[in-house]
Amino acid sequence: MLAESTQAQQTRAGHGGVMGPRAMTPALYRVVERRAETGDVMTLSLSPVADGPMAFLPGQFNMLTAFGVGEAAISVSSAPHDEGPLRHTVRDVGSVTRALCRTRIGDVIGVRGPFGTDWGVGDPGAGGERGDFVVVAGGIGLAPLRGAVYELVARRARQGGRVFVVVGARDPSQIIFRDDLETWADAGAEVAITVDVSDPGWTGHVGLVTSLLGGAGFDPDTATALVCGPEIMMRFTARTLIDGGVDPTAIRVSLERNMECGVAWCGHCQLGPFLLCRDGPVVPYGGVVAHLLTERER
Amino acid sequence: MTTSLAELVSAHPLLAGLPGDAVASVAGCAQNVSFGPGELLLAESDPANTLYLLRRGRVAIEVHSPGAGSIVIETLGPGAAVGWSWLVPPYRWQFDARALDAVGAVAVDGACLRKKAESDPALGYELMKRVAGVLLDRLQMTRIRLLDLYGTGSAR
Repeated sequence: MLAESTQAQQTRAGHGGVMGPRAMTPALYRVVERRAETGDVMTLSLSPVADGPMAFLPGQFNMLTAFGVGEAAISVSSAPHDEGPLRHTVRDVGSVTRALCRTRIGDVIGVRGPFGTDWGVGDPGAGGERGDFVVVAGGIGLAPLRGAVYELVARRARQGGRVFVVVGARDPSQIIFRDDLETWADAGAEVAITVDVSDPGWTGHVGLVTSLLGGAGFDPDTATALVCGPEIMMRFTARTLIDGGVDPTAIRVSLERNMECGVAWCGHCQLGPFLLCRDGPVVPYGGVVAHLLTERER
Repeated sequence: MTTSLAELVSAHPLLAGLPGDAVASVAGCAQNVSFGPGELLLAESDPANTLYLLRRGRVAIEVHSPGAGSIVIETLGPGAAVGWSWLVPPYRWQFDARALDAVGAVAVDGACLRKKAESDPALGYELMKRVAGVLLDRLQMTRIRLLDLYGTGSAR
């Protein structure tokens, strides 16, 4: 088991990621396991070639290098207290991610990080003493939330409170982490899954992810919501939560822009006053973020 | 203790908060119904004459295609309302609605409700506002699903 490192604590307290040599020089990691989640989503398990295990917090991301191709920002999908390799779940959407998805066991890739803010589920005051946590994920948005849900399920076992996991996917074949969803349900989380488009074998819910929120059963007065998915989905989810009585400042979303340096130098990931590689990816929805997500470019 | 139809009507989210006389009016058109898993609440092309206020169980809105079977378009659960085609001519169902498990509902007779709404415009307007709210919700969710948000974009 990894103890939370000083580095990780400083990361959270100080906004943004690791500094020093590791920030700009990729460490070498070997691919030790590959797991196809869907037709175009691959989970890579990585072990450091030379360094010790990386300390990180759920929601943070690394810059992964496919040597000779480029770098891509990918969230850590393992849980901080997992023993074993570091996991990243990657969707093949471009040249770098395609190269990452096509790596073979034994291949070496580069890892810089961890960078950015986390979901804050380890904060002593998060969600109050026994407040409900509502985790809403769309598509591959479940990957950055996976570690947080494991933390929340463990927290529930320790000190009570309820955990609701609401997952939306395009169709049944696109649901990732099915084993984890079962594990969380077995551990007492309320897990609900919906798809936009059904297939003949699907007997579960069909409809937008927001359609599951009204009947989920969480207490809006005590709820903290963690939301990750396509930006439009997050916006509508946040609005539905707020309409249902959840405090906008208790909603956290994970935002993506063009993360390149990871250390808030290059400015490519700017969104309004934020440099998302440092000030995000996890940000509170209420206030300026809600405005930024609906503002039109001029 | 049995729950009266008026209590069931007023407890449903679509009609919660209606004044007592309006609840009585709607309840006068209603009956308690139940369906077993797989049973159809309504079938495409049949005359549309019922608004179902779901109390328990799940219902799939489906369309059937010969050779391809039934495709589920949407799933609705307790607190939802099923069936809108009784509202407007030609009063014919456009889809199937099938019970996925044991379903309990209040079935409101559409023709009866239309008649009461015509003769009591205040009741009719209130009902239309509520129905429009649900339809707007469904339309907006359908529009977002049409965007196929999960089909493109993020590598995460």
